[in-house]
Amino acid sequence: MMSLLRPHGLFLPFIKRLTDIKVCRVKRRSQGCTYNITVIRHRWMKSLGSVRDLSSSATEKETFDMSKFPAERIRNFSIIAHIDHGKSTLADRLLEMTGAIAKTASNKQVLDKLQVERERGITVKAQTASLFYQHHGQTYLLNLIDTPGHVDFSYEVSRSISACQGVLLIVDANQGIQAQTVANFYLAFEAQLAIIPVINKIDLKNADPERVEKQIETVFDIPKEECIRISAKLGTNVEQVLQEVVKRIPPPAVRVEDPFKGLVFDSTFDHYRGVVANIALFGGRVSRGDRIVSAHLGKSFEVNELGILRPDQHPTETLYAGQVGYVIAGMKEVKEAQIGDTLYLHKQPVEALPGFKPAKPMVFAGMYPMDQSEYTALRSALEKLTLNDSSVSIQKDSSLALGAGWRLGFLGLLHMEVFNQRLEQEYNASVIITAPTVPYKAVLASAKLIKEYGEEVITIINPAQFPDKSKVLEYLEPMVTGTIITPDDFTGKIMTLCQGRRGIQKNMVYIDDHRVMMKYVFPLNEIVVDFYDQLKSMSSGYASFDYEDAGYEAADLIKMDFLLNGQPVEELAVIVHKDKAYSSGKAICERLSNSIPRQMFEIAVQAAIGSKIIARETIKAFRKNVLAKCYGGDITRKMKLLKKQAEGKKKMRRIGNIDVPKDAFISVLKRK
Amino acid sequence: HAVEASLYVHWPYCLKRCSYCNFNKYISRSENHDTMTECLQKETETLLKLSQVSRITSVFFGGGTPSLAQPSTIAAVLETVTKNSNLSDLAEVTLEVNPTPAGKARLKDFTLAGVNRFSIGVQSLNADHLRILGRDHSVQHALQTVSEARKLCPGRVSVDIMFALPGQSVSCWQKQLEELLYVCDDHISLYQLTLERGTQLFKQVESGKLSVPGDEVTAIMYKTACRVLEESGFHQYEVSNFARNNAVSEHNMGYWRGHQYIGVGPGAHGRFVPHGDGGVQREARTQTLEPDVWIKEVQSRGRGTRRRITLHHLQLLEEVLVMGLRMNEGITHQHWELFSPEANLQQVFGKSANIQELQGGRFLILDDRGLRCSWEGLVLLDSILPTILLELEMFFHSRGIKRTQ
Repeated sequence: MMSLLRPHGLFLPFIKRLTDIKVCRVKRRSQGCTYNITVIRHRWMKSLGSVRDLSSSATEKETFDMSKFPAERIRNFSIIAHIDHGKSTLADRLLEMTGAIAKTASNKQVLDKLQVERERGITVKAQTASLFYQHHGQTYLLNLIDTPGHVDFSYEVSRSISACQGVLLIVDANQGIQAQTVANFYLAFEAQLAIIPVINKIDLKNADPERVEKQIETVFDIPKEECIRISAKLGTNVEQVLQEVVKRIPPPAVRVEDPFKGLVFDSTFDHYRGVVANIALFGGRVSRGDRIVSAHLGKSFEVNELGILRPDQHPTETLYAGQVGYVIAGMKEVKEAQIGDTLYLHKQPVEALPGFKPAKPMVFAGMYPMDQSEYTALRSALEKLTLNDSSVSIQKDSSLALGAGWRLGFLGLLHMEVFNQRLEQEYNASVIITAPTVPYKAVLASAKLIKEYGEEVITIINPAQFPDKSKVLEYLEPMVTGTIITPDDFTGKIMTLCQGRRGIQKNMVYIDDHRVMMKYVFPLNEIVVDFYDQLKSMSSGYASFDYEDAGYEAADLIKMDFLLNGQPVEELAVIVHKDKAYSSGKAICERLSNSIPRQMFEIAVQAAIGSKIIARETIKAFRKNVLAKCYGGDITRKMKLLKKQAEGKKKMRRIGNIDVPKDAFISVLKRK
Repeated sequence: HAVEASLYVHWPYCLKRCSYCNFNKYISRSENHDTMTECLQKETETLLKLSQVSRITSVFFGGGTPSLAQPSTIAAVLETVTKNSNLSDLAEVTLEVNPTPAGKARLKDFTLAGVNRFSIGVQSLNADHLRILGRDHSVQHALQTVSEARKLCPGRVSVDIMFALPGQSVSCWQKQLEELLYVCDDHISLYQLTLERGTQLFKQVESGKLSVPGDEVTAIMYKTACRVLEESGFHQYEVSNFARNNAVSEHNMGYWRGHQYIGVGPGAHGRFVPHGDGGVQREARTQTLEPDVWIKEVQSRGRGTRRRITLHHLQLLEEVLVMGLRMNEGITHQHWELFSPEANLQQVFGKSANIQELQGGRFLILDDRGLRCSWEGLVLLDSILPTILLELEMFFHSRGIKRTQ
């Protein structure tokens, strides 16, 4: 400090005053910014030159000698953020500045390839890219390992992150910290990664980077000075991000001399070449022709091709410890390359990396073709889609009301939403999707029952399987920890909403003068259908929400039946919490009575728990239903109408003497 | 065996369009009575030859406002019928009448032209309702017209009256019926106001400016009418038609019994076998809607038929059921056998669980006489028909009889 001060003689007399020291610090940082701006300009010109060189030989694929990159000159990092805070824009900018892609509009959002992801502003399927960066005369290999952008995919995020040694945590300078920011921060923090906060969109009119820096300090205990202010859109200060990646993210602590050990952090399915597994090498090397083994499956494969991603595939001969790339090894389906699995050489077995677990579905929904004649086409579409998404579980199901279909398990609501959109957009499939349900559990009450069911704790995903209370010690329901960040104007309403969803508040913290972070433990079932939408609408869109798995808790669960004129309708049975039975029963009876058409006699719609009726609606009978006059022999329209009604009757399910249209089941089972 | 049919003639013109009306009607600025007369005669002749009908059982002039036509036009058409087929002097010839003073003044001339029955569109005995409906007559006009018609054709005057009008209550409706009974003849046609898309009244109700009675009230109105009319000696012979002293409409009965009818004039509908073209199956025919176009077509080809659809066997039986069950007597076994010699009512419907359910619910009766609705069933006919049509289809499907047969 003394040496820095000495060139500015004017400050020497004040050397002992604290205020002078502070002033000095501020000035130093200011000067640093000025310096960085100059450097950025210089680097950009150089980058443009590189682009020019690249375009002149665009048709020629680059080949890379990966042996030139020892672990100490490798940095593996990820970008994590809340939705729409600029992760993709920053990723694009980094790719441009390092020459991985050309700076043109047609490459916009290169890393986000799926249409649904563009529409929703999220990244679900990760796309990885290797960047070559000149720093202090040396070439560094920077592996940007993209991660799913939503906590429904927290397992996948954690596996991608475990392939990294550091992350860039992006926060929008206007919006500040949001719920997903917090969720993703803790994933990285718990994995003990280096965390570099990046405050993006500083160019916006309402940007307030100081406020966001304070938030980051308050919530994450990261000093303000460690934040980098950028505009990814304009490229402002992005060069500094690259420098900090090299400086602050440690190289992978791995050795080429060790046996090969590769972590699968992503996989996709190519129809011509089979499964493409993205791997990070935690030791040794792997080459084309090698025989590798999946630790989870115990199955061996031969490496047909491997290389790096930029983000397109660039084959190489070998990948070395610390590096990140892809492997094609004759795997026939995505489940043969499960995320989190460990790959090793056939002749050199190694201990599997920690943390692997198969995907565990937390939300289930029935899926049925709109018309049974579309069953085959829908099955084909589902098979293709699940080839690329091993997180979806699928089993055949059938419903008396809706016919033959499937019951699909998803990681969470967003996963379900994204999957359904892909199904419709990519395969033009029109489907009925029933309201999502969660997997409950029951602890069986006796050794005899345990023997009968095959296990002590059974999982229930269909109300028809709900075991009677007499057989059960206790029922369990899945729980989640939810994080809500909101302006403090809305906390009262939001707390009321959460309490109404049986939420238990864990804490409430002001992250700055006006924004509050609240944590609640909810039963998953309470938030699975419409909680997010209600939260958004009551906070004028300002509140953000994210959640993570919090295990199972004992709960007072009951099965509720619905009866039409005294006859139970199996397809309508639901599992609800005892406290919610009355209001749920009443709401469903109302929906049913609105969707079942009037008939020639009165219909009683009832909700029942066991033999006790807890809610009832009545559908009035027709009193008159005949067109009073036919004119001049013109009965064409009349015949058309009557025959259409007759045709409609065929599509109804007959329950006793009541015609129940498919719509009635859909309106009750389908999410709104 | 004489080939029989009834004849419907459509006169498309009105002076103005009522607010509830969606019929094929036009407001003519330069009506050419001579041209219309020639074309109606021409098309009548053409279709009589095409159908090879030898006996016309009844004639009905509907509209529009056929009472705006010249009596000479009516006479000319009837003369053409007489020339080309057998039209008995006793055959029912009905004219729909709009009860304006002008309409009333020409009733006598129409009877001289050959009309022997009038159907008078009274619609309501409430001045406010007539205004809402956009009628161009008053209550007094209507009463005077009915009175005049009864003098000219005693026992052959029908009155049309509407219920479920905006703002109408059950008691108001009952009072109106009782007033009507003082002046009417031996036939009454009831009909419920139905809101047709595209009409002025539909828009007024949709916008909330007017409101019509709900389902419950409408049902009570209908049942009130049935009771009041029955107490006055009227017999309900069809969903909306009541007669005393056997003054049943022969023309309408032809429709409900599934008989052939020939439709002449713009927008008229017909059901007959075109024997003259070598046809062997009944067709559903619709004449060209627009009078100008229709005239051109008749002048160039002798007829203006816009659409012809062959009715396959199953479709014909469907129409027999839909129309027949509107009658109080329903469909007798003899009636059904005329159309379905290969399968009787008991065979088609007797074993069906759904039909048995309707019988058990006392809506439908299938016995030695035939198939018919009970009083409760008649009121809910449009709920019963889809089930019946489905059973008919399943029966023929199970027997492997193809629709095209």
